[in-house]
Amino acid sequence: MSQLLLDVNGLTMRFGGLVAVDGVNLKVKNRQIVSVIGPNGAGKTTVFNCLSGFYIPTEGSVMLKNEQIAGLKDYQISRKGLVRTFQHVRLFQKMTVIENMLVAQHRHLNTNLISGLFKTPNYRRLEKDAMNHAIHWLEEVDLLEFANREAGNLSYGQQRRLEIARCMVTQPELLMLDEPAAGLNPNETKELDELIIKLRDEHEISVLLIEHDMSLVMGISDHIYVISQGAPLAQGNADEIKNNPDVIKAYLGEE
Amino acid sequence: MTTNKFYNAIFAAGITLILACLMIGVKLDTSGTQLAVKGATTAQWTWIGGGIAIVFLSQLFTNQIDALFRMIPKPSISTMLPEEKKMATLKPWLIAGAIVIMVIWPFMVSRGSVDLATLTLIYIMLGLGLNIVVGLAGLLDLGFVAFYAVGAYTYALLSQYFGLSFWVCLPISAGMAALFGFILGFPVLRLRGDYLAIVTLGFGEIIRILLNNWTEVTGGPSGISGIAKPTLFGLEFTRKAKGGEDAMTFHDYFNLDYSSSYKVIFLYLIAILLVCIVIYVINRLMRMPIGRAWEALREDEIACRSLGLNRTAIKLSAFTLGASTAGFAGAFFSARQGFISPESFIFIESAIILAIVVLGGMGSQMGIILAAIVMTILPELAREFSEYRMLLFGLLMVLMMRWRPDGLIPTKRPQLELKQ
Repeated sequence: MSQLLLDVNGLTMRFGGLVAVDGVNLKVKNRQIVSVIGPNGAGKTTVFNCLSGFYIPTEGSVMLKNEQIAGLKDYQISRKGLVRTFQHVRLFQKMTVIENMLVAQHRHLNTNLISGLFKTPNYRRLEKDAMNHAIHWLEEVDLLEFANREAGNLSYGQQRRLEIARCMVTQPELLMLDEPAAGLNPNETKELDELIIKLRDEHEISVLLIEHDMSLVMGISDHIYVISQGAPLAQGNADEIKNNPDVIKAYLGEE
Repeated sequence: MTTNKFYNAIFAAGITLILACLMIGVKLDTSGTQLAVKGATTAQWTWIGGGIAIVFLSQLFTNQIDALFRMIPKPSISTMLPEEKKMATLKPWLIAGAIVIMVIWPFMVSRGSVDLATLTLIYIMLGLGLNIVVGLAGLLDLGFVAFYAVGAYTYALLSQYFGLSFWVCLPISAGMAALFGFILGFPVLRLRGDYLAIVTLGFGEIIRILLNNWTEVTGGPSGISGIAKPTLFGLEFTRKAKGGEDAMTFHDYFNLDYSSSYKVIFLYLIAILLVCIVIYVINRLMRMPIGRAWEALREDEIACRSLGLNRTAIKLSAFTLGASTAGFAGAFFSARQGFISPESFIFIESAIILAIVVLGGMGSQMGIILAAIVMTILPELAREFSEYRMLLFGLLMVLMMRWRPDGLIPTKRPQLELKQ
């Protein structure tokens, strides 16, 4: 039935003597929303950085579709279909919305200098495809009317949506969102919630999520992993996690 | 508040007094074999006094002066130009008109002006090249003149030792400069901002010092002279043909009287041709995936990496293409001068090119062309004040940063047509 997309085993990251991540295991199946939660400083973002190639993990294996990706360069990993967003919005602020979308499709375009200078048919066709693809995704996140605006002038919620759309045009199979709801108002959070479910159900991708907004996490996750102080603490579905005494202790402290 | 302003004004006036006394008030002069300190004349002292008074008053009444300036309606370029849609249809005609004027113009003015225009065109090329690196890719390069030098020396040496012609050497010079850009690109891949600026500054100096000291090949400080001028399909522009038996001169071939202005105009026309090519190529590059990737890299490197862009390739391509433009300009420069020495490639040249890019507006081609014109023609017009040239540059910079921080013509983002 549903296949294993991402399989992380014994992921460990040390910075000198500091063990930031210690033996974390994660499994993400096709068309699944998986969340990683944990108190501040638990090492969630470090896990993301290891998976996306920003850090090279000290130990452990990261298999994407049965292919080892630990140790690959960040851009190589994203070309294999694993794309992430960041805790703080990272758009190309001074470029327009549509340009942001086109940059993300860089590798799908004809980047040969000569064909670009003379606008060969192949170059034009790929450029047009990229444009249509970008327009399609701007419609999905309801930003088409702002296509020619500078990205930095959008509202915060719109910037968040643009960041997701920009990831989606790279045609990923696994989208990793690092606190996508941070700084959003309840209405925007609800829209985000719907968008993530739509990505799974209609666009058939998997989403790996770091989030502090528990109502969002509990509402949409198929599976939840809890990390505390770099080490795995618990895993299970929303109900199991809610009632897990270890998790409650980690979040609220001992009684 | 007001007392604060008063002290501020006193302070500014004091600084003006000190600077003026040091720079204008006291002069070292030779009297016989000795150095003597000479005071300024009464007239100069009145001017200094007047200047101090102006600084004092303008600091005291900044608010009122600002208010006054705000009352003057700013001429906005967008209102003077026709609508966007009209512009699109007019644009090819405007460009064609501009080129025709540029081509006809040298036949009507003096030799000196044509020569100056040629120099301006060289700076336009350099500005456009540096714009790729600084304006688009956001990599601050303070040693750009090194690539200019590499281009110039490549042509000079190839012409001197192997007798290769200008047209053959032009692409070779660009290629050599590109190679040096590529070599410089590698060690600085991980650097940004201040660190990158220092490394490139060092690189510029290395090239200059190398040229200065490698006497056997480059002629050291005395440079290379007698570099061959470009020819028109083998026709020379000298009085007598130099290039062997079957060489012909331009005026003989067309049965004209010899005039040295043919050569000047010919050089100018070559410069126009080169600038047109450079503008076209860079204009295309900016709208191509690679151009967008440069800008994306400037905006956010980490986001670029997460989207599958290979920053190594992108940075290297920016360095390489920027450098090759400088190499182009360098080869033309040495052909025009006929003589080059390391003196032509000092740090201040890099600074001027960078000033052109910043003044024009980072990333904006029209702005850079305008800034290059201003920066080369202004010193010529203000020849009488040549002692104060740097002072004028400084003043210009301060005024620009105060009133047009985005440059003369800020970049406008391309508006893409959404209809399929």
